[in-house]
Amino acid sequence: MNSKTSNNIATGVIYFLVAGVLAILVFLLGYILITGIPHVSWHFLTSAAQSFAAGGGIRDQLFNSLYLLVLTLIISFPIALGSGIYLSEYAPDNWVTGVIRTAVEVLSSLPSVVVGLFGFLLFVVNFHMGFSILAGAIALTFFNLPLLTRSIEESLQDVSELQREAGLSLGLSRWKTITGIVLPAALPGILTRIILSAGRVFGEAAALIYTAGQSAPTVNYGDWNPMDSASFLNFMRPAETLAVHIWKVNTEGVTPDAAVISSGTSAVLIVVILLFNLLARMLGRWLYKRMTATK
Amino acid sequence: MQEYDYNQTHIIDIPLEKAMTTENLQVFYGDNHAMHDASLQFPRHRITALIGASGSGKSTYLRCLNRMNDRIANVQGKIMYRGIDINSKKINVYEVRKHISMVFQRPNPFAKSIRENITFALKRNGIKDKQELNKRVEESLKAAALWDEVKDDLDKSALALSGGQAQRLCIARCVAMKPDILLLDEPASALDPISTAKIEDTLMELRKNYSIIIVTHNMQQASRIADYTAFFHMGHVLEYDVTEKIFTTPQIKATEDYISGNFG
Repeated sequence: MNSKTSNNIATGVIYFLVAGVLAILVFLLGYILITGIPHVSWHFLTSAAQSFAAGGGIRDQLFNSLYLLVLTLIISFPIALGSGIYLSEYAPDNWVTGVIRTAVEVLSSLPSVVVGLFGFLLFVVNFHMGFSILAGAIALTFFNLPLLTRSIEESLQDVSELQREAGLSLGLSRWKTITGIVLPAALPGILTRIILSAGRVFGEAAALIYTAGQSAPTVNYGDWNPMDSASFLNFMRPAETLAVHIWKVNTEGVTPDAAVISSGTSAVLIVVILLFNLLARMLGRWLYKRMTATK
Repeated sequence: MQEYDYNQTHIIDIPLEKAMTTENLQVFYGDNHAMHDASLQFPRHRITALIGASGSGKSTYLRCLNRMNDRIANVQGKIMYRGIDINSKKINVYEVRKHISMVFQRPNPFAKSIRENITFALKRNGIKDKQELNKRVEESLKAAALWDEVKDDLDKSALALSGGQAQRLCIARCVAMKPDILLLDEPASALDPISTAKIEDTLMELRKNYSIIIVTHNMQQASRIADYTAFFHMGHVLEYDVTEKIFTTPQIKATEDYISGNFG
Protein backbone atom coordinates (compact mmCIF):
# COMPACT_ATOMS: atom_id res chain seq x y z
CA MET A 1 0.00 0.00 0.00
CA ASN A 2 1.51 3.34 -0.90
CA SER A 3 1.44 6.39 1.32
CA LYS A 4 -1.28 8.09 -0.67
CA THR A 5 -3.72 5.19 -0.26
CA SER A 6 -3.02 4.85 3.45
CA ASN A 7 -3.52 8.57 3.90
CA ASN A 8 -6.85 8.39 2.08
CA ILE A 9 -8.02 5.49 4.24
CA ALA A 10 -6.98 7.27 7.45
CA THR A 11 -8.74 10.47 6.39
CA GLY A 12 -11.83 8.50 5.46
CA VAL A 13 -11.96 6.77 8.84
CA ILE A 14 -11.53 10.07 10.68
CA TYR A 15 -14.29 11.73 8.65
CA PHE A 16 -16.53 8.76 9.37
CA LEU A 17 -15.92 9.02 13.13
CA VAL A 18 -16.58 12.77 13.17
CA ALA A 19 -19.74 12.25 11.14
CA GLY A 20 -20.84 9.70 13.73
CA VAL A 21 -20.41 12.17 16.59
CA LEU A 22 -22.26 14.86 14.66
CA ALA A 23 -25.06 12.49 13.71
CA ILE A 24 -25.68 11.54 17.34
CA LEU A 25 -25.83 15.22 18.35
CA VAL A 26 -28.07 16.22 15.47
CA PHE A 27 -30.40 13.27 16.13
CA LEU A 28 -30.67 14.05 19.85
CA LEU A 29 -31.17 17.78 19.42
CA GLY A 30 -33.50 17.28 16.48
CA TYR A 31 -35.63 14.74 18.28
CA ILE A 32 -35.95 16.84 21.43
CA LEU A 33 -36.64 20.07 19.57
CA ILE A 34 -39.08 18.58 17.02
CA THR A 35 -41.13 16.76 19.64
CA GLY A 36 -40.91 19.61 22.16
CA ILE A 37 -41.09 22.93 20.34
CA PRO A 38 -44.73 22.53 19.10
CA HIS A 39 -45.83 22.35 22.75
CA VAL A 40 -43.94 25.45 23.80
CA SER A 41 -46.17 28.49 23.83
CA TRP A 42 -46.34 31.77 25.69
CA HIS A 43 -49.00 30.20 27.87
CA PHE A 44 -46.72 27.21 28.59
CA LEU A 45 -43.87 29.49 29.68
CA THR A 46 -45.96 31.81 31.82
CA SER A 47 -48.46 29.66 33.67
CA ALA A 48 -47.99 27.54 36.80
CA ALA A 49 -47.67 23.76 36.72
CA GLN A 50 -50.77 21.68 37.33
CA SER A 51 -50.66 18.64 39.59
CA PHE A 52 -53.70 16.78 38.24
CA ALA A 53 -55.29 18.60 35.34
CA ALA A 54 -53.83 18.94 31.86
CA GLY A 55 -52.51 22.21 30.42
CA GLY A 56 -49.96 23.13 33.13
CA GLY A 57 -47.00 25.38 32.39
CA ILE A 58 -43.46 25.74 33.66
CA ARG A 59 -43.30 29.35 34.80
CA ASP A 60 -42.05 28.60 38.33
CA GLN A 61 -39.67 25.86 37.23
CA LEU A 62 -38.06 28.12 34.65
CA PHE A 63 -37.62 30.92 37.18
CA ASN A 64 -36.35 28.50 39.85
CA SER A 65 -33.72 27.15 37.47
CA LEU A 66 -32.41 30.62 36.70
CA TYR A 67 -32.57 31.77 40.32
CA LEU A 68 -30.74 28.66 41.51
CA LEU A 69 -28.09 29.23 38.87
CA VAL A 70 -27.55 32.83 39.96
CA LEU A 71 -27.31 31.85 43.63
CA THR A 72 -24.89 29.04 42.79
CA LEU A 73 -22.66 31.42 40.87
CA ILE A 74 -22.78 33.99 43.68
CA ILE A 75 -21.58 31.34 46.14
CA SER A 76 -19.09 29.52 43.93
CA PHE A 77 -17.51 32.36 41.92
CA PRO A 78 -15.60 34.11 44.75
CA ILE A 79 -14.31 30.78 46.10
CA ALA A 80 -13.33 29.58 42.63
CA LEU A 81 -11.68 32.91 41.82
CA GLY A 82 -9.58 32.74 44.98
CA SER A 83 -8.52 29.15 44.49
CA GLY A 84 -7.96 29.68 40.76
CA ILE A 85 -5.65 32.61 41.47
CA TYR A 86 -3.85 30.61 44.14
CA LEU A 87 -3.32 27.58 41.89
CA SER A 88 -2.23 29.63 38.90
CA GLU A 89 -0.14 32.36 40.52
CA TYR A 90 0.98 31.40 43.99
CA ALA A 91 0.99 27.62 44.39
CA PRO A 92 4.54 26.24 44.52
CA ASP A 93 5.18 23.23 42.34
CA ASN A 94 5.22 20.59 45.07
CA TRP A 95 3.23 17.64 46.42
CA VAL A 96 0.78 19.81 48.39
CA THR A 97 -0.30 21.54 45.19
CA GLY A 98 -0.53 18.12 43.55
CA VAL A 99 -2.88 16.95 46.31
CA ILE A 100 -5.03 20.09 45.91
CA ARG A 101 -5.27 19.58 42.14
CA THR A 102 -6.20 15.92 42.57
CA ALA A 103 -8.80 16.85 45.20
CA VAL A 104 -10.37 19.34 42.80
CA GLU A 105 -10.51 16.66 40.10
CA VAL A 106 -12.04 14.08 42.44
CA LEU A 107 -14.65 16.60 43.54
CA SER A 108 -15.64 17.17 39.92
CA SER A 109 -16.07 13.46 39.26
CA LEU A 110 -18.29 12.70 42.29
CA PRO A 111 -21.60 11.17 41.15
CA SER A 112 -24.23 13.89 41.40
CA VAL A 113 -26.74 11.67 43.18
CA VAL A 114 -24.18 11.07 45.94
CA VAL A 115 -23.63 14.81 46.33
CA GLY A 116 -27.42 15.22 46.40
CA LEU A 117 -27.86 12.68 49.20
CA PHE A 118 -24.93 14.16 51.11
CA GLY A 119 -26.48 17.61 50.79
CA PHE A 120 -29.81 16.18 51.91
CA LEU A 121 -28.34 14.68 55.09
CA LEU A 122 -26.08 17.60 55.96
CA PHE A 123 -27.99 20.72 54.93
CA VAL A 124 -31.61 19.68 54.66
CA VAL A 125 -31.73 17.42 57.74
CA ASN A 126 -28.84 18.29 60.05
CA PHE A 127 -28.75 22.03 59.46
CA HIS A 128 -32.57 22.19 59.37
CA MET A 129 -32.57 24.07 56.09
CA GLY A 130 -35.39 21.92 54.75
CA PHE A 131 -35.79 21.48 51.01
CA SER A 132 -34.65 24.90 49.90
CA ILE A 133 -33.02 26.84 47.10
CA LEU A 134 -30.10 27.54 49.43
CA ALA A 135 -29.46 23.83 50.08
CA GLY A 136 -29.73 23.21 46.34
CA ALA A 137 -27.35 26.06 45.53
CA ILE A 138 -24.76 24.71 47.98
CA ALA A 139 -25.04 21.22 46.49
CA LEU A 140 -24.63 22.66 42.99
CA THR A 141 -21.64 24.65 44.22
CA PHE A 142 -19.96 21.31 44.92
CA PHE A 143 -20.12 20.50 41.21
CA ASN A 144 -19.52 23.90 39.90
CA LEU A 145 -16.54 24.73 42.10
CA PRO A 146 -14.01 22.30 40.58
CA LEU A 147 -15.02 23.19 37.03
CA LEU A 148 -14.94 26.88 37.73
CA THR A 149 -11.64 26.72 39.62
CA ARG A 150 -10.01 24.85 36.78
CA SER A 151 -11.35 27.20 34.14
CA ILE A 152 -10.23 30.32 36.02
CA GLU A 153 -6.82 28.74 36.56
CA GLU A 154 -6.56 27.90 32.86
CA SER A 155 -7.68 31.37 31.78
CA LEU A 156 -5.01 32.93 34.01
CA GLN A 157 -2.40 30.51 32.68
CA ASP A 158 -3.30 31.59 29.14
CA VAL A 159 -2.07 35.10 29.96
CA SER A 160 1.54 35.40 28.84
CA GLU A 161 4.28 35.30 31.45
CA LEU A 162 5.61 38.48 29.80
CA GLN A 163 2.65 40.41 31.23
CA ARG A 164 3.55 39.39 34.77
CA GLU A 165 7.19 40.31 34.22
CA ALA A 166 6.11 43.68 32.82
CA GLY A 167 4.08 44.42 35.94
CA LEU A 168 6.77 43.27 38.35
CA SER A 169 9.53 45.15 36.54
CA LEU A 170 7.59 48.39 37.07
CA GLY A 171 7.75 47.87 40.81
CA LEU A 172 4.18 46.62 41.20
CA SER A 173 3.59 43.96 43.83
CA ARG A 174 2.55 40.49 42.77
CA TRP A 175 -0.97 41.13 44.01
CA LYS A 176 -1.31 44.39 42.07
CA THR A 177 0.12 42.72 38.98
CA ILE A 178 -2.41 39.90 39.24
CA THR A 179 -5.48 42.02 39.97
CA GLY A 180 -4.62 44.91 37.66
CA ILE A 181 -2.96 43.25 34.69
CA VAL A 182 -3.33 39.47 34.59
CA LEU A 183 -6.95 39.26 35.70
CA PRO A 184 -8.32 41.85 33.22
CA ALA A 185 -6.39 40.14 30.42
CA ALA A 186 -7.91 36.79 31.44
CA LEU A 187 -11.44 38.19 31.77
CA PRO A 188 -12.84 37.17 28.35
CA GLY A 189 -11.72 33.59 28.93
CA ILE A 190 -13.06 33.50 32.47
CA LEU A 191 -16.48 34.86 31.45
CA THR A 192 -16.81 32.44 28.55
CA ARG A 193 -15.99 29.50 30.77
CA ILE A 194 -18.34 30.60 33.56
CA ILE A 195 -21.25 30.73 31.14
CA LEU A 196 -20.36 27.33 29.70
CA SER A 197 -20.23 25.83 33.20
CA ALA A 198 -23.58 27.51 33.89
CA GLY A 199 -25.10 25.30 31.20
CA ARG A 200 -24.12 22.22 33.15
CA VAL A 201 -25.49 23.57 36.41
CA PHE A 202 -28.70 24.54 34.66
CA GLY A 203 -29.40 21.00 33.53
CA GLU A 204 -28.49 19.23 36.78
CA ALA A 205 -31.30 17.12 38.31
CA ALA A 206 -30.05 14.32 40.55
CA ALA A 207 -28.33 16.56 43.09
CA LEU A 208 -31.39 18.80 43.37
CA ILE A 209 -34.09 16.20 43.92
CA TYR A 210 -32.97 15.77 47.53
CA THR A 211 -31.85 19.33 48.22
CA ALA A 212 -33.94 21.94 46.42
CA GLY A 213 -36.90 19.60 46.51
CA GLN A 214 -39.49 18.44 44.00
CA SER A 215 -42.23 20.97 44.54
CA ALA A 216 -42.73 24.45 43.22
CA PRO A 217 -44.88 26.39 45.69
CA THR A 218 -46.84 29.30 44.31
CA VAL A 219 -44.85 32.47 44.85
CA ASN A 220 -45.66 36.14 44.50
CA TYR A 221 -43.53 37.69 41.72
CA GLY A 222 -44.40 41.16 42.96
CA ASP A 223 -42.91 40.59 46.41
CA TRP A 224 -39.27 41.73 46.34
CA ASN A 225 -38.48 41.06 49.98
CA PRO A 226 -36.32 37.91 50.13
CA MET A 227 -37.13 37.50 53.85
CA ASP A 228 -40.83 37.08 53.08
CA SER A 229 -41.86 33.43 52.74
CA ALA A 230 -44.18 34.14 49.81
CA SER A 231 -41.58 36.14 47.90
CA PHE A 232 -40.16 34.71 44.69
CA LEU A 233 -36.72 35.73 45.96
CA ASN A 234 -37.02 33.80 49.23
CA PHE A 235 -34.22 31.25 49.16
CA MET A 236 -35.46 29.07 52.01
CA ARG A 237 -38.40 27.77 49.98
CA PRO A 238 -38.39 24.49 48.05
CA ALA A 239 -37.85 24.99 44.35
CA GLU A 240 -38.36 22.46 41.61
CA THR A 241 -36.22 23.18 38.55
CA LEU A 242 -36.80 22.36 34.88
CA ALA A 243 -34.63 19.23 34.95
CA VAL A 244 -36.26 17.97 38.15
CA HIS A 245 -39.66 18.74 36.67
CA ILE A 246 -38.93 16.52 33.68
CA TRP A 247 -37.92 13.69 35.98
CA LYS A 248 -40.92 14.25 38.23
CA VAL A 249 -43.69 14.29 35.63
CA ASN A 250 -42.27 11.18 34.04
CA THR A 251 -41.96 9.15 37.24
CA GLU A 252 -44.66 10.36 39.61
CA GLY A 253 -46.74 12.69 37.50
CA VAL A 254 -50.46 12.03 37.34
CA THR A 255 -51.33 14.75 34.83
CA PRO A 256 -52.80 13.27 31.64
CA ASP A 257 -50.44 15.33 29.47
CA ALA A 258 -47.18 14.30 31.22
CA ALA A 259 -45.51 13.34 27.92
CA VAL A 260 -46.36 16.70 26.36
CA ILE A 261 -45.10 18.64 29.38
CA SER A 262 -41.84 16.74 29.59
CA SER A 263 -41.05 17.09 25.90
CA GLY A 264 -41.91 20.80 26.01
CA THR A 265 -39.79 21.30 29.11
CA SER A 266 -36.87 19.40 27.57
CA ALA A 267 -37.00 21.64 24.53
CA VAL A 268 -36.96 24.76 26.72
CA LEU A 269 -34.03 23.39 28.72
CA ILE A 270 -32.02 22.62 25.60
CA VAL A 271 -32.80 25.98 24.01
CA VAL A 272 -31.70 27.86 27.14
CA ILE A 273 -28.43 25.89 27.28
CA LEU A 274 -27.82 26.56 23.57
CA LEU A 275 -28.45 30.23 24.24
CA PHE A 276 -25.87 30.14 27.05
CA ASN A 277 -23.30 28.68 24.66
CA LEU A 278 -24.05 31.26 22.01
CA LEU A 279 -23.94 34.09 24.54
CA ALA A 280 -20.61 32.83 25.89
CA ARG A 281 -19.03 32.87 22.45
CA MET A 282 -20.38 36.27 21.53
CA LEU A 283 -19.41 37.84 24.84
CA GLY A 284 -15.93 36.35 24.73
CA ARG A 285 -15.34 37.56 21.19
CA TRP A 286 -16.74 41.01 21.93
CA LEU A 287 -14.60 41.46 25.04
CA TYR A 288 -11.48 40.24 23.27
CA LYS A 289 -12.11 42.63 20.40
CA ARG A 290 -12.59 45.53 22.79
CA MET A 291 -9.27 44.79 24.44
CA THR A 292 -7.15 44.11 21.40
CA ALA A 293 -8.47 45.89 18.33
CA THR A 294 -8.67 49.59 17.83
CA LYS A 295 -11.66 51.12 19.50
CA MET B 1 34.31 24.40 21.33
CA GLN B 2 37.68 25.81 22.18
CA GLU B 3 38.56 25.95 25.87
CA TYR B 4 39.52 29.32 27.27
CA ASP B 5 41.20 30.11 30.56
CA TYR B 6 38.45 31.65 32.66
CA ASN B 7 40.96 32.89 35.24
CA GLN B 8 42.53 35.21 32.73
CA THR B 9 40.33 38.28 32.62
CA HIS B 10 40.63 41.95 31.84
CA ILE B 11 38.16 44.03 33.80
CA ILE B 12 38.69 47.74 34.30
CA ASP B 13 37.49 50.01 37.06
CA ILE B 14 35.28 52.83 35.87
CA PRO B 15 36.83 56.29 36.42
CA LEU B 16 33.38 57.95 36.44
CA GLU B 17 30.60 58.25 38.98
CA LYS B 18 28.98 54.83 39.37
CA ALA B 19 25.30 54.01 38.96
CA MET B 20 25.67 50.56 40.45
CA THR B 21 28.24 47.84 40.95
CA THR B 22 28.21 44.11 41.53
CA GLU B 23 30.72 42.23 43.66
CA ASN B 24 31.32 38.52 43.18
CA LEU B 25 27.82 37.90 41.85
CA GLN B 26 27.04 34.19 41.52
CA VAL B 27 23.88 32.63 40.12
CA PHE B 28 22.74 29.05 40.60
CA TYR B 29 19.79 27.37 38.87
CA GLY B 30 19.52 24.38 41.20
CA ASP B 31 22.91 22.67 40.83
CA ASN B 32 23.74 24.56 37.68
CA HIS B 33 26.31 27.28 38.36
CA ALA B 34 25.17 29.79 35.72
CA MET B 35 27.20 32.85 36.70
CA HIS B 36 30.67 32.93 38.26
CA ASP B 37 32.05 35.83 40.27
CA ALA B 38 30.82 38.73 38.18
CA SER B 39 32.25 42.00 39.51
CA LEU B 40 31.40 44.98 37.33
CA GLN B 41 30.97 48.72 37.77
CA PHE B 42 28.38 50.62 35.77
CA PRO B 43 28.89 54.33 35.08
CA ARG B 44 26.16 56.90 35.66
CA HIS B 45 24.43 58.39 32.59
CA ARG B 46 26.26 56.17 30.17
CA ILE B 47 25.29 53.13 28.12
CA THR B 48 26.93 49.83 29.04
CA ALA B 49 26.50 46.86 26.73
CA LEU B 50 26.69 43.22 27.79
CA ILE B 51 27.65 41.02 24.84
CA GLY B 52 28.30 37.33 24.39
CA ALA B 53 26.95 34.21 22.74
CA SER B 54 23.57 32.65 23.62
CA GLY B 55 23.80 30.97 27.00
CA SER B 56 26.78 33.05 28.10
CA GLY B 57 24.86 34.30 31.13
CA LYS B 58 24.42 37.93 30.09
CA SER B 59 20.62 37.94 30.42
CA THR B 60 20.82 35.98 33.66
CA TYR B 61 23.21 38.59 35.00
CA LEU B 62 21.03 41.51 33.87
CA ARG B 63 17.91 40.05 35.49
CA CYS B 64 19.74 39.90 38.83
CA LEU B 65 20.24 43.64 38.82
CA ASN B 66 16.61 44.39 39.68
CA ARG B 67 15.94 41.05 41.36
CA MET B 68 13.83 39.57 38.54
CA ASN B 69 15.56 36.23 39.15
CA ASP B 70 14.26 35.94 42.70
CA ARG B 71 11.81 33.16 42.12
CA ILE B 72 13.81 31.09 39.66
CA ALA B 73 17.43 31.25 40.78
CA ASN B 74 19.68 31.50 43.81
CA VAL B 75 21.73 34.71 43.58
CA GLN B 76 24.76 35.25 45.82
CA GLY B 77 27.13 38.17 46.14
CA LYS B 78 26.61 41.88 46.45
CA ILE B 79 24.69 44.27 44.19
CA MET B 80 25.55 47.75 45.41
CA TYR B 81 23.21 50.64 44.57
CA ARG B 82 23.59 53.99 46.36
CA GLY B 83 25.66 52.32 49.04
CA ILE B 84 23.10 49.63 49.77
CA ASP B 85 23.36 45.93 48.96
CA ILE B 86 20.06 45.39 47.14
CA ASN B 87 20.66 41.64 46.97
CA SER B 88 19.95 41.47 50.70
CA LYS B 89 16.89 39.55 51.91
CA LYS B 90 15.70 42.60 53.85
CA ILE B 91 15.37 44.78 50.75
CA ASN B 92 11.87 45.65 49.45
CA VAL B 93 12.21 44.39 45.88
CA TYR B 94 9.23 46.38 44.65
CA GLU B 95 10.91 49.58 45.76
CA VAL B 96 14.14 48.49 44.03
CA ARG B 97 12.32 48.00 40.74
CA LYS B 98 10.92 51.53 40.85
CA HIS B 99 14.52 52.75 40.70
CA ILE B 100 15.90 50.05 38.43
CA SER B 101 13.41 49.28 35.68
CA MET B 102 13.54 46.66 32.94
CA VAL B 103 12.54 46.37 29.27
CA PHE B 104 12.29 42.85 27.90
CA GLN B 105 13.26 41.10 24.70
CA ARG B 106 9.72 40.68 23.43
CA PRO B 107 7.51 43.80 23.60
CA ASN B 108 4.97 43.20 26.36
CA PRO B 109 2.45 46.05 26.48
CA PHE B 110 -0.52 45.49 28.79
CA ALA B 111 -3.89 44.65 27.26
CA LYS B 112 -4.97 48.23 27.97
CA SER B 113 -5.03 51.54 26.14
CA ILE B 114 -1.75 53.29 25.31
CA ARG B 115 -2.44 55.91 27.97
CA GLU B 116 -3.26 53.33 30.63
CA ASN B 117 -0.12 51.36 29.83
CA ILE B 118 1.81 54.33 31.13
CA THR B 119 -0.50 55.56 33.89
CA PHE B 120 -1.34 52.18 35.39
CA ALA B 121 1.79 51.78 37.51
CA LEU B 122 1.85 55.51 38.28
CA LYS B 123 -1.67 55.41 39.68
CA ARG B 124 -0.86 52.36 41.75
CA ASN B 125 2.03 54.30 43.19
CA GLY B 126 -0.23 57.07 44.36
CA ILE B 127 -0.14 59.67 41.57
CA LYS B 128 -3.79 60.67 41.22
CA ASP B 129 -3.57 64.14 39.74
CA LYS B 130 -4.93 64.07 36.19
CA GLN B 131 -2.69 66.85 34.91
CA GLU B 132 0.41 65.25 36.36
CA LEU B 133 -0.58 61.92 34.77
CA ASN B 134 -1.15 63.55 31.37
CA LYS B 135 2.16 65.33 31.67
CA ARG B 136 3.98 62.10 32.42
CA VAL B 137 2.28 60.37 29.48
CA GLU B 138 3.39 63.08 27.08
CA GLU B 139 6.91 63.38 28.51
CA SER B 140 7.59 59.68 28.52
CA LEU B 141 6.17 59.10 25.04
CA LYS B 142 8.30 61.97 23.74
CA ALA B 143 11.35 60.54 25.48
CA ALA B 144 10.69 57.22 23.74
CA ALA B 145 10.15 58.99 20.38
CA LEU B 146 6.63 57.62 20.12
CA TRP B 147 4.58 60.72 20.82
CA ASP B 148 4.16 61.92 17.23
CA GLU B 149 2.95 58.51 16.10
CA VAL B 150 0.35 57.92 18.83
CA LYS B 151 -0.67 61.32 20.23
CA ASP B 152 -4.11 61.10 18.58
CA ASP B 153 -4.66 57.47 19.56
CA LEU B 154 -3.84 57.50 23.24
CA ASP B 155 -7.05 55.72 24.15
CA LYS B 156 -6.68 52.97 21.60
CA SER B 157 -5.54 49.53 22.64
CA ALA B 158 -1.78 49.16 22.91
CA LEU B 159 -2.07 45.68 21.41
CA ALA B 160 -2.78 47.27 18.03
CA LEU B 161 0.71 48.84 17.88
CA SER B 162 3.45 47.43 15.68
CA GLY B 163 6.32 45.55 17.33
CA GLY B 164 8.68 48.52 17.22
CA GLN B 165 6.05 50.93 18.54
CA ALA B 166 5.09 48.48 21.28
CA GLN B 167 8.71 48.21 22.37
CA ARG B 168 9.07 51.99 22.50
CA LEU B 169 5.84 52.10 24.54
CA CYS B 170 7.45 49.63 26.97
CA ILE B 171 10.45 51.95 27.24
CA ALA B 172 8.10 54.93 27.77
CA ARG B 173 6.28 52.96 30.46
CA CYS B 174 9.55 52.51 32.34
CA VAL B 175 10.67 56.10 31.80
CA ALA B 176 7.36 57.44 33.17
CA MET B 177 8.24 55.88 36.53
CA LYS B 178 11.35 58.11 36.52
CA PRO B 179 13.77 55.35 37.42
CA ASP B 180 17.51 55.79 37.85
CA ILE B 181 18.68 52.90 35.79
CA LEU B 182 17.16 51.27 32.72
CA LEU B 183 17.93 47.60 32.09
CA LEU B 184 17.22 46.38 28.56
CA ASP B 185 17.30 42.71 27.64
CA GLU B 186 17.91 42.49 23.87
CA PRO B 187 15.20 45.11 23.27
CA ALA B 188 15.63 45.18 19.50
CA SER B 189 16.21 41.51 18.71
CA ALA B 190 12.58 40.94 17.68
CA LEU B 191 12.42 44.10 15.55
CA ASP B 192 13.18 45.10 11.96
CA PRO B 193 16.19 47.34 11.15
CA ILE B 194 14.16 50.57 10.98
CA SER B 195 12.54 49.98 14.37
CA THR B 196 15.93 48.97 15.73
CA ALA B 197 17.44 52.26 14.56
CA LYS B 198 14.63 54.18 16.25
CA ILE B 199 15.17 52.29 19.51
CA GLU B 200 18.89 53.07 19.33
CA ASP B 201 18.20 56.78 18.74
CA THR B 202 15.84 56.70 21.70
CA LEU B 203 18.50 55.16 23.92
CA MET B 204 21.11 57.70 22.85
CA GLU B 205 18.67 60.43 23.84
CA LEU B 206 17.78 58.79 27.17
CA ARG B 207 21.47 58.43 27.97
CA LYS B 208 21.52 62.09 29.04
CA ASN B 209 19.31 61.41 32.04
CA TYR B 210 19.50 57.69 32.65
CA SER B 211 22.10 55.04 33.28
CA ILE B 212 21.46 52.31 30.74
CA ILE B 213 22.61 48.69 30.78
CA ILE B 214 21.72 46.77 27.64
CA VAL B 215 22.13 43.12 26.74
CA THR B 216 22.61 42.59 23.03
CA HIS B 217 23.87 39.87 20.73
CA ASN B 218 24.21 42.42 17.98
CA MET B 219 27.85 43.58 18.09
CA GLN B 220 27.29 46.48 15.69
CA GLN B 221 24.60 47.72 18.02
CA ALA B 222 26.99 47.58 20.99
CA SER B 223 29.69 49.40 19.07
CA ARG B 224 27.20 52.05 17.87
CA ILE B 225 25.64 53.02 21.17
CA ALA B 226 27.63 51.72 24.14
CA ASP B 227 30.28 53.64 26.08
CA TYR B 228 31.48 50.50 27.86
CA THR B 229 31.14 46.87 26.90
CA ALA B 230 31.43 43.67 28.89
CA PHE B 231 32.05 40.32 27.22
CA PHE B 232 30.38 37.29 28.77
CA HIS B 233 31.33 33.69 28.04
CA MET B 234 30.04 30.47 29.63
CA GLY B 235 28.92 32.22 32.81
CA HIS B 236 32.10 34.28 33.22
CA VAL B 237 32.80 37.94 32.57
CA LEU B 238 36.07 37.77 30.68
CA GLU B 239 36.58 41.33 29.56
CA TYR B 240 35.19 44.75 30.44
CA ASP B 241 36.53 47.96 28.96
CA VAL B 242 35.73 51.05 26.92
CA THR B 243 33.70 49.87 23.93
CA GLU B 244 36.23 51.06 21.39
CA LYS B 245 39.01 49.05 23.01
CA ILE B 246 36.87 45.91 23.19
CA PHE B 247 36.24 46.08 19.46
CA THR B 248 39.68 47.24 18.32
CA THR B 249 42.24 45.90 20.77
CA PRO B 250 40.70 43.17 22.91
CA GLN B 251 43.03 41.86 25.61
CA ILE B 252 41.51 38.41 25.95
CA LYS B 253 41.65 35.67 23.33
CA ALA B 254 37.99 34.69 23.73
CA THR B 255 36.83 38.28 23.16
CA GLU B 256 38.98 38.58 20.08
CA ASP B 257 37.62 35.33 18.67
CA TYR B 258 34.05 36.35 19.41
CA ILE B 259 34.16 39.80 17.83
CA SER B 260 36.04 38.53 14.79
CA GLY B 261 33.56 35.71 14.30
CA ASN B 262 36.03 32.87 14.93
CA PHE B 263 34.01 31.47 17.75
CA GLY B 264 33.61 27.76 18.55
